[in-house]
Amino acid sequence: MSVLGDEKTRVVVTGATGRQGSFHLGQMLEFGTRVVAGVTPGRQGQEVSGVPVYDTVETAVEKHGANAAVVFVPGTLAKDSVMECIDAGVPLVVVISEHVPLHDAMVINAFAAERGTTIVGPNTYGLCAPSARCKIGIPPNSIFQSGPVGVVARSGTLSYELVGSLTDAGLGQTTVVGMGGDRVAGLNFIDMLKRFERDPETEVVVLIGEIGGTAEEEAAEYIKGMSKPVIAYLAGKSAPPGKRMGHAGAIIERGRGTFESKVSALTAGGAKVAQLPWEVAPLVKGALKA
Amino acid sequence: MKLYEYMAKGVLAESGVPIPRGRLCRTPEEAAAACRDLGPVAVKAQVLVGGRGKAGGIKVADTPQAAEAAARQILGMDLKGYTVGSVYCEQKLSISQEIYLSLTFDPSAKRPMLIASASGGMAIEEVPEKAIIKRGIPVAWGLQPYMAYQVARRIGLGATLAREFSDIATKLYRAFVRLDAELVEINPLAVVDGHIMAADARLNVDDDAMARHGDLPKTDEATPLEAKVRALGLAFVQLDGDIAVMANGAGITMATLDVMQHYGGKPMNFLDAGGGSATGPTAEALAILVSTRPKAVLVNIFGGITRCDDVARAIVQVRQNQPAAKDVPLVVRLVGTNEAEGHAILRGAGIDAFRSMQQAAERVVALAGEGLAGAEAARGDTEGDLAG
Repeated sequence: MSVLGDEKTRVVVTGATGRQGSFHLGQMLEFGTRVVAGVTPGRQGQEVSGVPVYDTVETAVEKHGANAAVVFVPGTLAKDSVMECIDAGVPLVVVISEHVPLHDAMVINAFAAERGTTIVGPNTYGLCAPSARCKIGIPPNSIFQSGPVGVVARSGTLSYELVGSLTDAGLGQTTVVGMGGDRVAGLNFIDMLKRFERDPETEVVVLIGEIGGTAEEEAAEYIKGMSKPVIAYLAGKSAPPGKRMGHAGAIIERGRGTFESKVSALTAGGAKVAQLPWEVAPLVKGALKA
Repeated sequence: MKLYEYMAKGVLAESGVPIPRGRLCRTPEEAAAACRDLGPVAVKAQVLVGGRGKAGGIKVADTPQAAEAAARQILGMDLKGYTVGSVYCEQKLSISQEIYLSLTFDPSAKRPMLIASASGGMAIEEVPEKAIIKRGIPVAWGLQPYMAYQVARRIGLGATLAREFSDIATKLYRAFVRLDAELVEINPLAVVDGHIMAADARLNVDDDAMARHGDLPKTDEATPLEAKVRALGLAFVQLDGDIAVMANGAGITMATLDVMQHYGGKPMNFLDAGGGSATGPTAEALAILVSTRPKAVLVNIFGGITRCDDVARAIVQVRQNQPAAKDVPLVVRLVGTNEAEGHAILRGAGIDAFRSMQQAAERVVALAGEGLAGAEAARGDTEGDLAG
C-alpha cells in the first residue's frame, strides 16, 4: 500500500508539451503511472506519447476523471496553473516547477487550504509509490523497489542517492515523497510522518533533511509520539553559516536551523541520525530486525 | 536580492512612510555639501552586509568638515569583504525610543507575518521572546490596520503612536507584496519628537520574482568568481578550502562537502550543477573551477535524467581543452543512467572514476594531500588505502 498515489490515481500533466513536461510524461508512463491527459493552452488536439492534450485542466478532469496533477510550467507561471488545478477540483497537485516566487507559493497554499487540496512542492521531484506503479514527478525510474520503508525528503538528488542505496540493499519503499526545497512548501515532514504512522505497510521511516529553516525541529516533536522507528540523514554539516536574513531570521529561528540543533532535536525525539549517507541503509536494516 | 539602505528608503518614501532627510554621496565633497544642507548628519556606509555600525561604517558628523572627514574614512573601506562605494548622509536624529518592525514570511504557517518589539535597535536579537510580538497575516486579506494597531498596543505604544505605527505597517505591507519582498525590516523605527519614522531600512526582494521587477536597480553581493559561475545559471558559493567540488542538486552537493570534510578535506566551493540534463553549463563550470588551480577536483554526479556518458564526455573535453586541467587531479563519482559507458570513457582518458561516494571522497582528499589519507600519501603509501 502507499500513502500518496495508488492504482486509482489518474494524472494530468500541465505544461505537457514543453521539453521537461513531455519527457517526464513519457517516463511516468514507462514506470506504469496512469497518465490520462496533458494540458497546454492552445494545444488541444495534440498528443504526447499517445496521451491527449487539452487547453484546460477542467476539460482533462471532465473527460478523463483526472484526480492528480503534476505541474511543469515555468516558475513565474506556476501559480496560475496550480490554482487552475485546485479550482478544477483535483485533490493532489505536485508542483515540479522551480523558482516559484515566495508570495505565489503563499497564495497557492492559502487557496489549497480553503479547498482541501494537497500540494506537494514547489521545487520538488514529486512522489513515487512503487507497489502501485505510481510515480508522479521526475526521479529516475530505476531507483525504486516496493517494500516497507517510507521516505520523506527535502532534497531531490540526495533522495535518489539514499533511495538508490536502500534499493541496492534490498530495502524497498512504500512511498517516497519530496517536499521540495523551497521555504514555503505544501506538504511538510509532519504531514508525511502522520501518513506513514497510519499506514500498515510502512515499518520504518527515513527522513532526509538539511540545514536551514525549522522543519526538522518541528518534525522531531512529532516523532516523539510515533510508534515506528525513524532514521534521519541531514546534509549541511560542513556548510558555513548561511547568509542571514536581517534580524527577523534570527528572531524566528532562535538558535534552531543549524546542523547541531537539528541533530539534537531529532535524537531527543527518538530518531536515529546517520552520520554519513551510506549509514542509512544499515540503520534501516537494523530497525526492521528490531 | 538585497537593496541598499538608500534604495529601501526610496521605496519607503514612495510608499508614504516617513523617513529622515538624507542624500546619497559618492565623494567626501558631496558629503560636506550634504551636511551644509541637512545640518548634523550620520554618515552611513552603503553595504549589503549587516553589522556595519559595529564595524565602523557609521559616523556622526556635526560640521561639513567632519562629514567630509568621515566620508573620506568610510569610502573605500573594507566592510566584511565588501568595499564601500557610497555613503548615505542622513540628518542626525534625537531618538527617544527605538521600535523594531518587520514583515516577512512564516514557513510553518505558509503566510506573511508581522514582527514587532518595543525594544528595537542593535540588541534586538537579545530581547526576550515574550517582548516580541508575531502576528500572522491572512494571505487573502492582507494586513488590515486594526491588526497592526493591536500589535502596537500589545508592545505598549500609546494611542497616538499606535495609530502611526498601524499606518506605517499597512503601507509597508503593500510595498512588501508589490515588490515580492521576502523581508522588510525597519530597525529602528524611531520615535522622534513624539512621532515615528523609519531610521533604518532593509528590504530583500525574492530572487525568484526578479523577472517581474525589471525596474528595480540590481545589486550583487557575489565575488567575481561567483558571478562568473552564476552567470551559467548554476548555484555557486565560494568557501575557504582548496578542493573544488561539483555535484548535481543542492542536497547532494552539501552531502558531498560533508563527506569530504569527514575525511579531512577542505572544500573550496559549493557548486550545484543542477538536476537537469544540460552538460554544456556543467562543462563550462568545471572549466572555471579548474582554472582557479585547486589542489584537486571532485565531481559527484547521480545521473537520473542526466546521462553518465554525456557527463563523462563533457569532463574529458574540459581536460583536453584546458592546459591547466592536465595538472589538476580529477576524481569523478558517477552512477545512474549509462553508468558503464561513462566509466569506460573516463578511464580511457586516465581519469579516476568511482561508483562509491565514499571511495571517491577518500581518493580526492588523498590526492590533495589532506586528511589522514593525505598524510599517508606524503609517506608514499596511498595504494594500500585505495584497495579498500
